[in-house]
Amino acid sequence: MANEVAVLGVGMHPWGKWGRNFVEYGIKACNDALADAGLRWTDVQFVSGAETVRNGYPGYVAGATFAQALGWSGARVATSYAACASGATGMNAARAQILAGLCDVALVIGADTTPKGFLAPNAGERWDDPDWLRFRLMGATNPTYFALYARRRMELFGATEEDFAAVKVKNSRHGLTNENARYQKAFSMDEVLNSPMVADPLRLFEICATSDGAAAVVLTSMEFARKHTTDPIKVAAISTVTPRYPNTVIEMPNFATDSAHSVAVPDISFRDSIAAAAYEEAGLGPEDMSLAEVYDLSSALELDWYENIGLCKPGEAERLLRDGATTLGGRIPVNTSGGLACFGEAVPAQALAQVCELTWQLRGQAGERQVAGAHAGITANQGLFGHGSSVIVSR
Amino acid sequence: MAAVKQRVPAIEGWFDTDATGPHLLGSRCTQCGSYFFPAESMYCRNPHCAGTEFDTVPLSRTGTLWSFTEHFYQPPEPYMSPDPFEPYTVAAVELADEKMVVLGQVAAGVAHSDLKAGMPVELVLETLYEDDASEYIVWKWKPLAA
Repeated sequence: MANEVAVLGVGMHPWGKWGRNFVEYGIKACNDALADAGLRWTDVQFVSGAETVRNGYPGYVAGATFAQALGWSGARVATSYAACASGATGMNAARAQILAGLCDVALVIGADTTPKGFLAPNAGERWDDPDWLRFRLMGATNPTYFALYARRRMELFGATEEDFAAVKVKNSRHGLTNENARYQKAFSMDEVLNSPMVADPLRLFEICATSDGAAAVVLTSMEFARKHTTDPIKVAAISTVTPRYPNTVIEMPNFATDSAHSVAVPDISFRDSIAAAAYEEAGLGPEDMSLAEVYDLSSALELDWYENIGLCKPGEAERLLRDGATTLGGRIPVNTSGGLACFGEAVPAQALAQVCELTWQLRGQAGERQVAGAHAGITANQGLFGHGSSVIVSR
Repeated sequence: MAAVKQRVPAIEGWFDTDATGPHLLGSRCTQCGSYFFPAESMYCRNPHCAGTEFDTVPLSRTGTLWSFTEHFYQPPEPYMSPDPFEPYTVAAVELADEKMVVLGQVAAGVAHSDLKAGMPVELVLETLYEDDASEYIVWKWKPLAA
């Protein structure tokens, strides 16, 4: 028990598209997480904010914004930005405080309100910024990268359009009863395959939307948690690794990779290394996981993640899907929450939402989405500019 | 006679043409020999190397198609879209010698159905967009003639 961190409370504001102030969403998530933990806001000693870059200064200092909104209490604060990995980075900052013995109770919060359509760079000309240049020099949007990976699966592994559509269908069924999901609709294969092509081979319903949303997690020392609950959920690992040089897989927002001419590629790829670091820290393996929440920015990307988190060998993800292994009721359900397919993406909140789902599942509180006997789960995602993100929680 | 538009690079110093044809300009660390594109000039990004001197070098003109995708929706600025929008294809190409993957649009006239991962491709220079005065040139990829 010494030197362990627990998830004592989780809370979410539903995902949707209202364009209201992100602080409003975050307050709701914080209060729900605190109530879930049986604590008051004034019990929180460390606030760890996950930043939103679309909401001006209050978003850049999200931790303090929420500390002020909930009422200045003198709590210590930090804010993290790691693109889509911000929530995991925020959790990592909080748990480090707890492990260092500097606090017992920390609140991690991420919330966003986002403009419609393609995620575009900030205004102004920035000739040194790959995130600007990729649009100017070739029109490489976010879906461009997802589509390149998807086409690669088709060319190398025989993945089909039906496989990609089937991921959306699966996730839409999972999310049907999730009250926090933005889209609660069971899609059919026909509906997905008839949606307009965006960036071949990916269609509109295979690419996640951008959403408003908020998620919060209360982390405490395990010692503190055991005084407040008989069933604490342990944070077994948090991985925030960067790539190792040379990274030869083309990654958003870059338009060129490192070169493997003079230095050999690492033994495992960056995405593989994200989960590998988490498994190593936890002393667990993919075979120990009851379920996983992975970042289905596109339906096809979910298949890549099956391989990246070690559920199967490269090239076998389609078979895992087709066999029903990753569907609720199967051997290793993936995205029982409904995934980004049902939520869309709220950047700073998303990694935290993944942890919320795993927590509910491990506590047996997932209702109709429940994975029987869930005892350990892994999240996986990745933020632009080399931010790995993976959290393992266990009973 | 209408004035001919001048052809200018859409970005300076990233590509050039010599007797053998057009090529990207990368940099090579003088200490460890690592290649970089876009050119690195500050500090070698090989973590085991502290090099600060780089040679400007032409990169392979040919490579292998890693993947490709055709776009059907107009991206936001700063993409300079023709009006009305025209679908375009982006290719990811692994350079022959430098073992790095570089993105770029495919050349005019190359259809999606022409493309297959693993096929050899070559670099060409073509118009990315134009205004009243100039045509702005960028590198693009084209299947190597059989």
